[in-house]
Amino acid sequence: MNRYPLWKYLLVLITLVLGVVYSLPNLFGESPAVQVSTAKSSAKLDPALLGQVEDILKQEKITYEAVFLDTNGVKVRFENADTQINAKDVLQGKLGKDYVVALNLISRSPSWLRSIGALPMYLGLDLRGGVHFLLQVDMKAALDKAAERYVGDFRSALRKERVAYMGVSRDGQAVQVRFSSAAELEKGKKILNKEYPDLTFRDIDSGNDKLLIATLNLQAQKRIQEFALKQNIQTLHNRVNELGVAEPIIQQQGLDRIVIQLPGVQDTAKAKEILGRTATLEIRMVDEEKSDMTTLDKASKGQVPFGDEYYVERNGQPILVKKNVVLTGDYITDAGPGLDQQNGESVVHVTLDARGARIFKQATKENVGKRMAILLIEKGQAEVITAPVIREEIGGGRVQISGMANVQEATDVSLLLRAGALAAPMDIIEERTVGPSMGEENIKRGWHSTLWGFAAIAVFMIIYYMLFGSVSVLALGVNLLLLTAVLSLLQATLTLPGLAAIALTLGMAIDANVLINERIREELRNGNTPQAAIHAGYDRAFDTILDSNVTTMIAGLALFMFGSGPVKGFAVVHVLGILTSMFSAVVVSRALVNLIYGYRRKISKLSIG
Amino acid sequence: MEIFKIKKDIPFMSYGRLTTAISLITFLLSVFFLAHRGLNLGVDFTGGTMMEVSYPQAADIGKIREAVDSVGLKDATVQNFGTSRDVLIRLPLKPELSISALSEQVLTALQKADPNVKMNRVESVGAQVGQELYENGALALLLVSIGIMAYLALRFEWRFAVAAVIANMHDVVIILGFFAFFQWEFNLTVLAAVLAVLGYSVNESVVVFDRVRENFRKMRKAGVQEVINNAITRTMSRTVITHFSTQLMVLSMLFFGGEVLHNFSLALTIGILFGIYSSVLVASPIAMYLGVSRENLMTGAEKKPAAADAQP
Repeated sequence: MNRYPLWKYLLVLITLVLGVVYSLPNLFGESPAVQVSTAKSSAKLDPALLGQVEDILKQEKITYEAVFLDTNGVKVRFENADTQINAKDVLQGKLGKDYVVALNLISRSPSWLRSIGALPMYLGLDLRGGVHFLLQVDMKAALDKAAERYVGDFRSALRKERVAYMGVSRDGQAVQVRFSSAAELEKGKKILNKEYPDLTFRDIDSGNDKLLIATLNLQAQKRIQEFALKQNIQTLHNRVNELGVAEPIIQQQGLDRIVIQLPGVQDTAKAKEILGRTATLEIRMVDEEKSDMTTLDKASKGQVPFGDEYYVERNGQPILVKKNVVLTGDYITDAGPGLDQQNGESVVHVTLDARGARIFKQATKENVGKRMAILLIEKGQAEVITAPVIREEIGGGRVQISGMANVQEATDVSLLLRAGALAAPMDIIEERTVGPSMGEENIKRGWHSTLWGFAAIAVFMIIYYMLFGSVSVLALGVNLLLLTAVLSLLQATLTLPGLAAIALTLGMAIDANVLINERIREELRNGNTPQAAIHAGYDRAFDTILDSNVTTMIAGLALFMFGSGPVKGFAVVHVLGILTSMFSAVVVSRALVNLIYGYRRKISKLSIG
Repeated sequence: MEIFKIKKDIPFMSYGRLTTAISLITFLLSVFFLAHRGLNLGVDFTGGTMMEVSYPQAADIGKIREAVDSVGLKDATVQNFGTSRDVLIRLPLKPELSISALSEQVLTALQKADPNVKMNRVESVGAQVGQELYENGALALLLVSIGIMAYLALRFEWRFAVAAVIANMHDVVIILGFFAFFQWEFNLTVLAAVLAVLGYSVNESVVVFDRVRENFRKMRKAGVQEVINNAITRTMSRTVITHFSTQLMVLSMLFFGGEVLHNFSLALTIGILFGIYSSVLVASPIAMYLGVSRENLMTGAEKKPAAADAQP
């Protein structure tokens, strides 16, 4: 009666093998490494880049342990931190600004493990050091900004239709238009209603003043907020790239928050500065009169003509741009890549708001045939993104920027135009920093807790239950193995509370084996034969084990759903640990007991203490 | 080896009045300390900044306090922890200064006072986030209780469910009482421990209740009190061994886990000790007072015939 069918033994065996394989990467430790990823969508992540990186390292005679390409980029592993830092500087210098070269730590596990997706556990910030920020996006400001834009738009719309109005102003997130007569108000309302379906209009008659009040309807508000959040995340991505962080996490949390996790970043001051800075976009005219070779040459040496600024375009062309700003990025409402309808060239379509459109129309009218530079100004540093030639007067606020090399570049530029600036201001509302030595210390602490606790339980169980105690300890060991494998496989974030959860889950998992062992003893005491006692012991204990695990599971799931930070980290491991413990304590330990006792004809005594 | 060789059932239920009284007193004391002293909530819940810095030599607390004062933070606490080289600085929220600027300023001031200072850990939490974490914590506590109660009511009977949850809340309140009495810091990690205790301690009640149900089936002639006494006596060995094992693990965390896990393991230790007591000596008497009987359990079991399958 105490024999498993073959498939059950095989199941246990296969699970064990898988457990060992997927836990293995954790044993190899980590080496200093450099990770090369792309900073711009135009730069590709492909085997060519891999070859390029290899060539550079060979040229510079930098020895490396391994180099490979994965979804995050090209990773190169080195023997020590000195070579790593040297290699980083060399690679960054040779590859240029299109690539992010970041320092990282990667597992020394062999490539066959990596190829089957066996990776070491994903360590949280408290175990590897780094910064965590929670940013609150100021949605009110985003809506204010949107309302502000309508003020200008209304003015030009009303003027265009020759409606007499007394004034347009913003009141919170509403736009107020004052009219002198009800008739004009009606006329204006009709026009605005048609042109701005996103707005809800309502009029107030307060004696002399006839007021038309426009507010954003709920869908439009939601859209603006979502757009603001997305744009901010995009901007943050670009900025984090600049920090050279190997595996940054930038995620939306809730409706108006963004989480940023930067593993390995120690200089929080610099991180905060880069994340918090504001970028602006400017459109200025190129100084065509002074764009001859000699002036440009002189300018490159520092003799810049009065009223101009000297820049180098992305393609390396020197350029002189007037200091006078035609238009700022505030007027851009949208930008996206596209194709020119006449020649099929890649272009970027930019949509300006009404005021921007008017200014732009005027500027292009006066400057046909000249070049116009689009500059991105970040951290006081300006860069000319592109400087296309104005072919004709452009009205209507739809601007097409030509001169893009390909679709990639068009996408890239529109991204920059959109994401260059933050859509709404943000505040850091939570910040957690863990130093690198602290992370190592925490790993050591968590590991020691588990190790010594496990050892103590093992000694006690073996003394108390003899052979059955040893089986329980083996089952507990399998539980640890499986839990490690599952955590590695799922790449769930392991934190210090998570390590505590491993220890605690092991301490609690022994309960199932204690229940079983006690039950077997009791059955023996009641006069059952050893075989019957084993059978009944496992059978009867199972109900109890299930019940108690389900209740623990309820607690674990609630923790996971409502917990944040450390609580969540604890809950993930706890819940997974309960699942693996059910398998190891019941199935694995039974398989062992079956193998030991199930095939004997006669047993006079069980070794259960 | 066998520690518990008990031939006769121990009449736990006849001590019901005494054990309930003891529970009631500890419970009321805990409530008193909670109300009187309150929990020493960490920055996770109150908002504020906590910095852990270390020096290569013994830290000069006076000098550090001066440096922190120079930033204009009079309410800051500066204290050693662990070793004389490690210092914990707690800063309250300052409405006119953003949390990120605050930690930055303090760190700069510390570096000015002693360039050897090493920053190990900074935790800054805004007031709003703290409030949310607090609310979410309370919500989790509530939901865990409801979830457990619903499961037990389904699996056993409402009387058991209520008894188990009361026993559990009793444990939780006592843990909180300890934290209030000793003014240990209560942070998110401790909250995780408290919630884990909630799930853990209910295990105990489940094991006893399972046995009670089984006994009702087997011991046809016995009265309710006898049945419960027998169930507790039979499971006592397992209760103590399990808790002892878990406690070994928790002690290991207490010794090796460092500062972050210290209060976590303290909460677990109290939870485990009182968990044994409450699941045996609180949950069962309450279930009895609520009038658990063979009849209402059997109908519960008939509704779930799968549970009876194990019976030979």
